Amino acid sequence: MLAIVGTVPSEGFPIISGKITLDDGHIRIDDERVSVNRGTTALMAAATKTAETLGRPAPFGYLVGDIGRGKGSRHLYKYLTEQLPHANFQTLTFHYLQPILNWHEHLQQAIDEMKERPTLIADAGFMYAAKMSGKASQYDLFTPDIGELAFLADEKAPHPFYTRGFMLHDENRVPDLISRAYAHNNAARFLLVKGRQDYLANREGILETVDNPVEEALEAMGGTGDTLTGLVSALIDSGMAIEEAAVVAMKTNRLAGHYAKPTPATQVAEIIHHIPKALAEILEKR
Amino acid sequence: MSPFSFFKSKQEQGALGNHGNADRGIMVFENTSEVIQAENVLKKEGWEIRVMGPPPEIQSGCDLVVEFPLIEELNIFRTLEKEGLPPLEMVPVTSPLLQPVDLFQIKDFGEHIMVRAANMKLTVEKATGNIVNVSGGGCPDVPYLAYEMVGQTLTNAPSPREIGHTLCGYALQLAYEEIQRQCSP
Repeated sequence: MLAIVGTVPSEGFPIISGKITLDDGHIRIDDERVSVNRGTTALMAAATKTAETLGRPAPFGYLVGDIGRGKGSRHLYKYLTEQLPHANFQTLTFHYLQPILNWHEHLQQAIDEMKERPTLIADAGFMYAAKMSGKASQYDLFTPDIGELAFLADEKAPHPFYTRGFMLHDENRVPDLISRAYAHNNAARFLLVKGRQDYLANREGILETVDNPVEEALEAMGGTGDTLTGLVSALIDSGMAIEEAAVVAMKTNRLAGHYAKPTPATQVAEIIHHIPKALAEILEKR
Repeated sequence: MSPFSFFKSKQEQGALGNHGNADRGIMVFENTSEVIQAENVLKKEGWEIRVMGPPPEIQSGCDLVVEFPLIEELNIFRTLEKEGLPPLEMVPVTSPLLQPVDLFQIKDFGEHIMVRAANMKLTVEKATGNIVNVSGGGCPDVPYLAYEMVGQTLTNAPSPREIGHTLCGYALQLAYEEIQRQCSP
């Protein structure tokens, strides 16, 4: 089973955990109903739609409220260090969490105690913590955008805010940045880089690129990276190899984006709505 | 005054070699009295901080600095500014000479304009100044900032400096200032 860990932008929102269901533009976990807009709920909704389309069980979600003060993230880190050693997940995806090194370390220890080591996927704040920890190579997949790739490639930067200027952000330099991230051991086993062209890479170099269809407006939309991470997480959890799951996810996300006929003002729920149709089409063409 | 304006240009040293403190920052103050006051204010607010000697790269301020959680820089700066104690510098422990991002990427979509600063993107409808999207980023205040800002105009929206808490919030503040420059007549 896939588990997804992240936050919602609401202070005081308690830790909730359970199977994720979709309910009219919202996700539901336990008795809580949260709107799908961007961030972890968008990732959860995309993963749940993908699982539904594949006929797989619904993903499991862990959510807490945090508006950037880190209090909710700390509570959730602590909760997970207690829960994960007894859990049985094949895939674990970490998302919007305050990047805190000592809690990242505790969580790694809890994962080590799990009966079987899950496939580990990191995006957003948790990916920043994984890089800062020097243990990026213990992860199976990171899903950075171009700005975050530059941060992974900059061995000195503790956060994208401090990425040095010469790294930023020429999409033509993606292959160099990928090499540099691996050279400094700041990348997961695979990198899925989201951008005008999407890349799948590993330490050996670029394995695949996907650049069609192109919807320029998607770059401005909040949440399109979250949906891609949700797609690839659910596909990997279905038993697909990471290389194949990444390519299917890149193609599906772009096609769902295309079907949404986006403008720079379109919201990500529109894309999630089109995932089943786009995924079915991509899987059929395989 | 920007807390980043006192950096000395000197050859950079060190990388994230000591990973244990890679998420920590250092605040430099004018004098020891300010260090002690800042320590008191921040400890009272529950921050995990400690007073220590400055690294050799720091060439301004007094001979004590305050170590703090780097990611929460924006929130801590705002707290100290309210108390009249803005630090001279706020820098990463592992690379004190790193500068915050100062490059912007601007993309014109016709009716909309997008500015990217580091990992944060802000998109505005040109004719109305309406903020239509916030994207990128990884700290938990990003969805919060998006929720508070999208649908508001640049003049009415709360600024990330006012309501953000993290370095992603700070990057969005820089994008917000740049897009205001781009949209001003």
